[in-house]
Amino acid sequence: MTLYIFYFLSFLAVLSAFMVVYSKNPVHSVLYLIVTFFSIAGHYILLNAQFLAAVHVIVYAGAIMVLFLYVIMMLNLNTDTEAQKSNYLKLAATVAGGIFMIVMIGSLKGVEKIENLGTSNQNAGLIKNLGQVLYNDYMLPFEMASILFLAAMVGAVMLGKNELK
Amino acid sequence: MVQDTMAQSLHGIPINAYLTLSAVLFSIGVLGVLYRRNIIVIFMCIELMLNAVNLLLAAFGAFRGDSNGQIFVFFIMAVAAAEVAVGLAILVMIYRNTRSTDIDSLSKLKW
Repeated sequence: MTLYIFYFLSFLAVLSAFMVVYSKNPVHSVLYLIVTFFSIAGHYILLNAQFLAAVHVIVYAGAIMVLFLYVIMMLNLNTDTEAQKSNYLKLAATVAGGIFMIVMIGSLKGVEKIENLGTSNQNAGLIKNLGQVLYNDYMLPFEMASILFLAAMVGAVMLGKNELK
Repeated sequence: MVQDTMAQSLHGIPINAYLTLSAVLFSIGVLGVLYRRNIIVIFMCIELMLNAVNLLLAAFGAFRGDSNGQIFVFFIMAVAAAEVAVGLAILVMIYRNTRSTDIDSLSKLKW
């Protein structure tokens, strides 16, 4: 049963990822990317990472995709008539991407099956355990993230200012 | 009881399946970067690659029964959010200067 859910979610993720690349309209690309993110959130739930799934939906589908849509609509790019690469370049890109995928998958063939160690606590993804780890072992990186966000916010405002000399 | 069924689901899906899925998603991201000329779509494909790696990190963490992997995915998401904010600001500025989002219009560094 869960294997079927896994295959369904994987199929949905790969298909909509292809549609992100191949759809002409950037707004459609954003919408397909949202589908991909939701299926990846489903994978997180399958992996016992419930908190991560919730954060993924909130951050990616809720914040980042809204930013993308906002920029696309602000720049008025909602058209199918954007510049495309020439057919030779498209063919070259497809061949290069396909060969890259073959190399990646082929390099994974020799991997021995990783055993589940058995010592695993199945509650590792719950918010209580994650909070314990986050606020005990990763306290300093957690605080540094706030400085990172401050720097990013200042940078975005400075870049977005109109009369910057 | 719910935890038991979830533990079995983790056993039912081999780690190789997650490895393959992440490799395929990453390759699609690379393909998109090579294939498109619109800067916004290229940026979205970079996000796709980031998500493929995140999924693999979470999968390894779950298979090892270790919550440190999930913490790292959490931090990567935070960095990705900051990156998107700054990147889109740069993109808007590029549009303001060149009046297009075509990646080929940024060829001043080309020899």
